[in-house]
Amino acid sequence: MNGNAGANMKSLGSFRRKFAPWNDPQAKPFIAIENVTKKFADFTAVDDLSLTIFNREFFALLGASGCGKSTLLRMLAGFEEPTAGRILIDGQDMRGIPPYKRPVNMMFQSYALFPHMTVEGNIAFGLKQDGMAKGDIEARVAEMLKLVKLERFAKRKPHQLSGGQRQRVALARAVAKRPKVLLLDEPLGALDKKLREETQFELMDLQMKLGLTFVVVTHDQEEAMTMADRIAVMDKGKVMQVATPAEVYEAPNSKFVADFIGNVNMFEGRTAAVGNGKIDIAVAPENFTIRTDATKTCSVGQPVGFAIRPEKIRISRQQPVDPSINSAFGEMWDIAYFGDMTVFHVKLESGRIIKAASLNAVRTVEDPLSYDDMVWVNFDADAGIVLTS
Amino acid sequence: MEKLISSVASRLVILVPYLWLLTFFLIPFFIVFKISLSEVAMSIPPYTPVFDLSAGWAAFKASFAQFSWDNYIWLTQDPLYFKAYLSSLLIAGVSTVLTLIVGYPIAYGMARAPATVRPTLLMLVILPFWTSFLIRVYAWIGILKPEGLLNQFLMWAHVINTPLTILNTNTAVFIGIVYSYLPFLVLPIYSALEKMDYSLVEAAEDLGCPPIAAFWKITFPLSLPGVVAGCFLVFIPAVGEFVIPDLLGGSQTLMIGKTLWNEFFSNRDWAVSSAVAVILLLLLVVPIVLFQRAEARAQESEK
Repeated sequence: MNGNAGANMKSLGSFRRKFAPWNDPQAKPFIAIENVTKKFADFTAVDDLSLTIFNREFFALLGASGCGKSTLLRMLAGFEEPTAGRILIDGQDMRGIPPYKRPVNMMFQSYALFPHMTVEGNIAFGLKQDGMAKGDIEARVAEMLKLVKLERFAKRKPHQLSGGQRQRVALARAVAKRPKVLLLDEPLGALDKKLREETQFELMDLQMKLGLTFVVVTHDQEEAMTMADRIAVMDKGKVMQVATPAEVYEAPNSKFVADFIGNVNMFEGRTAAVGNGKIDIAVAPENFTIRTDATKTCSVGQPVGFAIRPEKIRISRQQPVDPSINSAFGEMWDIAYFGDMTVFHVKLESGRIIKAASLNAVRTVEDPLSYDDMVWVNFDADAGIVLTS
Repeated sequence: MEKLISSVASRLVILVPYLWLLTFFLIPFFIVFKISLSEVAMSIPPYTPVFDLSAGWAAFKASFAQFSWDNYIWLTQDPLYFKAYLSSLLIAGVSTVLTLIVGYPIAYGMARAPATVRPTLLMLVILPFWTSFLIRVYAWIGILKPEGLLNQFLMWAHVINTPLTILNTNTAVFIGIVYSYLPFLVLPIYSALEKMDYSLVEAAEDLGCPPIAAFWKITFPLSLPGVVAGCFLVFIPAVGEFVIPDLLGGSQTLMIGKTLWNEFFSNRDWAVSSAVAVILLLLLVVPIVLFQRAEARAQESEK
């Protein structure tokens, strides 16, 4: 956890909403995953994992495929039993409780809409299981249809709907029972990019409106960063870091997280000098020195990593005058123009490529940089982060 | 030119199955139909009229006048035929239900088996086809007869003291039909269940549905096209079944296939037996059309 690292810094990025029960030692977690391990034959999908999720939180499990995030979600839903450890939801131990008795509902990656039922039938399915009165079911179904703006499609069968509409039916069906927790398995995976972005905001709205706890599994870091209050970055069945999107991006706790989230320039080396709140890192193999703020306490001679995001690196034709600015000389090697921003690849003498991104905030540029230009890449002492693991 | 050749070639390809149906289905059917309108005669072949094209057009036309519906009227007058038809439908219906009861769990088990085991299970279902149908039905005589394997086993296990009479009863016919037609029912249900997305059942359970209820609300309705196909594939041939009632059934087993055989070979009444066959065909057209409708609907819903 890197929450403390952020305390002595300026605020890390922007926050979706003022909501941080995880910083309140009095707050009781709503979902507690305690030392959970799940083994399939000789494969360990989830490895001694612990997590706490709070009421009304929008929590994302982020990781590459096979990292165990879906298995963890299925254990919350009750489709898999942990091999070891336990899961508590609202204080209740979930061991041995079958899926149909758990206070959670799941939205499946494939949506899993019942093909032989209408949209209405699908949404009403869970309510009928509870033995709700017919009139109440009708009212709730109508309310759900309105919520996902599908009133006109009530009588349609799933195969008569578009992908986006199916996604909304799946969502309506999953929230119709007002579960304590909604589990979402890659909820936007099957949608195209435009629709995905729209739907992200709809999901966030819905979560606020219904006041539910959302646990979403995704491999898409943009999706996780946009929607979630906190992200758990997972790898090989373990949680690497749990933090807000801004913390995960600006203050990753390990090389893995720094590398996994976004673009990064990674340097390896040893600390050459420590003091005055600064650390000098002798970068291998070139042996140039980076002077950075001490974001970690290090001793001299310790092997460390240094991570810096491309957008925090500037490019200039002249060497910066201020000696406290880190700088290196190199050749403009590649330019990737994305419209909103441009990513420059600068090749240092050693052959190392440094990525620097700049926002194209104005339409016209005087004397633009181009291939083969010789430039200085430079950044301030507070632009990067020291990593010891 | 090339286009012309390819268009002719593609027409020829379509023509082949039509020619096949014409030669091996439609023409034989009209021959049978024609015989059913004829009268028995002591001759070779044993009916009149026989078309004699050498006698000229007028004689050919005159022979049409000899056709009559007498054989069909005869079928309605002798209650034997009505009873045989009814009993065939009944035996086929009961057998179909029994086959479904035995076959559905087999298909379900196969579809839920690990993907690596499924091909082996499928092979085991198809394996009996490697032996002749006739031999397999004969083998059941050895199992079911009073001193057969089944009775020997039950007596050895002290379940019974005197041998059960199963052979030459309707029970034996049911056993024979269920055994023989089981693969025809298992395969379509298996394919429907295997296609089904298992996450649908998980979704039902997630929404508060216990597993058994989820089976009846999700799995079974979705396997229905397979169930319908399988049932028709058992029912339709079972109605006209001859070998099984002949070998395993008794004197009281009345089935239309056997009646037809008797008319044809014992009574040498080709005309009446042809009429029996035509009526049987008409009786079966109804379920066949229903079957094809169900198939079409299943395909439609998959789109």
